[in-house]
Amino acid sequence: MLEFDWGVIWKYRESLWDGMLTSLQLFAIALAGGIFFGTLLALARLAPWKLVSVPAAGFVNLIRSIPFIMAIFWFYFLTPVIVSKFTGQQGEAVGPFTSAVVAFIMVESAYYSEIVRAGIQSIPRGQPAAAYALGLNYWQSMGHVVLPQAFRNMLPVMLTQAVILFQDTSLVYVVALKDFLGAASKAGQLTGRIVELYIFVAVVFFILCFLASHAVKRLQARLAAGR
Amino acid sequence: MDWKVLLEQAPSGGMTYLGWLWSGLFWTLAVSLCAWVIAFSVGSVVGVARTVPLRVPRAVATAYVELFRNIPLLVQMFLWYFVMPELVPKAWGDWLKQDMPNLLTLPFAAQFSLWEFTAAVLCLGLYTASRVAEQVRSGIQSLSVGQTNAGLAMGLTLPQVYRHVTLPMAYRIVIPPMTSEFLTIFKNSSTALTIGVLELTAQSRQISEYTFKTFEAFTAATLIYIVITMTVIFAMRALESRVAVPGYIAQGGGR
Repeated sequence: MLEFDWGVIWKYRESLWDGMLTSLQLFAIALAGGIFFGTLLALARLAPWKLVSVPAAGFVNLIRSIPFIMAIFWFYFLTPVIVSKFTGQQGEAVGPFTSAVVAFIMVESAYYSEIVRAGIQSIPRGQPAAAYALGLNYWQSMGHVVLPQAFRNMLPVMLTQAVILFQDTSLVYVVALKDFLGAASKAGQLTGRIVELYIFVAVVFFILCFLASHAVKRLQARLAAGR
Repeated sequence: MDWKVLLEQAPSGGMTYLGWLWSGLFWTLAVSLCAWVIAFSVGSVVGVARTVPLRVPRAVATAYVELFRNIPLLVQMFLWYFVMPELVPKAWGDWLKQDMPNLLTLPFAAQFSLWEFTAAVLCLGLYTASRVAEQVRSGIQSLSVGQTNAGLAMGLTLPQVYRHVTLPMAYRIVIPPMTSEFLTIFKNSSTALTIGVLELTAQSRQISEYTFKTFEAFTAATLIYIVITMTVIFAMRALESRVAVPGYIAQGGGR
């Protein structure tokens, strides 16, 4: 048994806070990008043209059948290669944060596309049929009729996925990006106080995710009551 | 592209790079299957406990689920591997860290000790148990109360009602979500690479570091993951249609 020295957390508060900011930044960008591209992917998958729907389905199934860490490695490797091909710049010009962001947006868009697809499919068929009858095309009927209703149905699931995404940001540890966990790990190596630091990280994540998931549950109850 | 690189002799383990991938696959499956045994048994107990009409087991089970679901898996991995040995009496901690047998002698030569493997299995198993518990609970709660009441009215005790009425129905209903939980544990096992378990993802990264053939190494690992995922999905669909409850929508395993 060892004696605890919780002072180490206060001593490294600045680098821990910087790490938390990196985590939150990654979370916010991945969430926005994931929902945006996820919606596009879902629309592509449900589109009546095979040329669009088959590649979209292939991408989603591919990403969903490999580990998140494997996907991070893939995009971490591919992003600089592709960027240098298109811009002629050196691949090194792409920082690790950008590569991580690309990886997270790609993976999350696959996950979110499944949520959006389920949401769209929960809308009765009569709705798009009525929109087509009024002369709207595919994109118009989706944009004005189906999606606004679908988004309300899937809001709780999307928020639950957001909590999971926030937890998943800790996986950037594998590409040595200094997120919250990475900062704690670094401080732990410097001071030998990994026990206190990892327990602190666990407690912070627990409080944030616990509060967030309970807020989602309350929202869900209120939405259900509003029907 | 240069796929022949996979057949070259690797610098360690006395095998080719392809051999490293097989070894990685072996450890991925070993971690996932052992962890699944824990996840399924602990998850079933916790899930049932969340539905019983007794306050204390219900509170304990709810606390378990909340605790394990709200901490990232990677952080839990570090808690088991780095923190736990420091919190137990020193002799035990030292034994875990130093004296656990090395796995080098086993087939598929692993360059890590039994402690890394054990920590990964415990972490992944107990984390996934919280998710399995939620599936079991929702399976039980999807049954009508009438079934439990009818069992009790016939004079069965509560454990008998669970054994003969509720659980046989609930488990058949939750096969599809359980399949995706198993696939999740299989994919999440790659988190074990952070504590030194050389599973499939770790091996493919190691090959890329040794040979600089990143594309080939990652593609090979990705293909293996896809094949396993497909196999599990087809096997579970077959199981699902065999044990389907007549009269339910999911009958026949179609989706």
